[in-house]
Amino acid sequence: MKKILAITLLIIILAGAFASIVFAQTKIPTDDDVNRIAKQLYCPVCESTPLDVCPTEACRQWREMIRTMLTNGKSEAEIKQYFVTQYGVRVLNVPPNPWATYFVPGVVILIGAALLFRGFQLWKKPLATVSASDKQEAQPVQQDEYLAKMEEELRKRK
Amino acid sequence: MTEELTSQRRGVPIWVQVTVWVFLVALLVIVAMGLQRAQQGTVQPGEKIENFTLNLFSGYEYSNKTQVAMQELRGKVVVINFWASWCKPCEQEASEMQQAWSLYQPTGKVVFVGADYVDTEPEARVYLKKFGITYSNGPDLATKISQYFRIKGVPETYFIDQNGVLKYVQVGPFASVQEIQNILDPLINQ
Repeated sequence: MKKILAITLLIIILAGAFASIVFAQTKIPTDDDVNRIAKQLYCPVCESTPLDVCPTEACRQWREMIRTMLTNGKSEAEIKQYFVTQYGVRVLNVPPNPWATYFVPGVVILIGAALLFRGFQLWKKPLATVSASDKQEAQPVQQDEYLAKMEEELRKRK
Repeated sequence: MTEELTSQRRGVPIWVQVTVWVFLVALLVIVAMGLQRAQQGTVQPGEKIENFTLNLFSGYEYSNKTQVAMQELRGKVVVINFWASWCKPCEQEASEMQQAWSLYQPTGKVVFVGADYVDTEPEARVYLKKFGITYSNGPDLATKISQYFRIKGVPETYFIDQNGVLKYVQVGPFASVQEIQNILDPLINQ
């Protein structure tokens, strides 16, 4: 009798131990868990609306999809990859290759700005006009007797 | 007295001018192309539809194949319906689409294909079951097909003739099966 009782007790203890393991595996993700991933994704049908604050029915479905995937043990990276496969890279709040997305246009803009700056710098320089007649006209100003007399007269009148 | 003006203008080197103009022209072309695309609307009737492949949901295959390619459907009238489970107007025409499919399926001259636009599969399956839809259906992965058709929303339905030429575009839901028949019958008999 004692033996049966001991075996029954052992079965109950083991069952309890397994039950606790099962409980740990089926942990339901909280809204915070879902929103932590949802805010890194954008609604593919609404303009510039993060998934965690998007009020549409479609977004509600996508948040539920994240919850289901978390429940199934999917990682954050796996969930994001699923959304990219389904809806395209535009759902990500950060592009998959930031180097190509930000650096290349940055370099192109810098080259363009440098070219424009150089262009404007050259445009701003005064025109240097060298003229043979200018040289001839510059000298007679001092040599022109008529002009010298006029200037002398004007000085006297003052 | 002849005056010989020898003017030396120190300006911008020609290569800088050319580069700046090329940049400006390229910028204008990009802006113009963007504007044109924005105003273009959907693919217009008369345009030849290029080949594309749609992955299909399990249980909604085409001839037991998990993918359907446009090229395979040449010789048949193809009806491509863009829908989503979250789209309320799509529900208005879901039964009509299925009824039309039931009418034309025995003829073997028409193929209906549903392209599920930015949707989740569990919800999509609930929708398909709810309206008893049996024709081929699959997700528009990464919205590649809807981008090709330049759809403006859902539902939208495209009718493609036996030669792969787009013949009619329905923006918004159909109100009756008769509306669908009015478009399909002339296409089948042409």
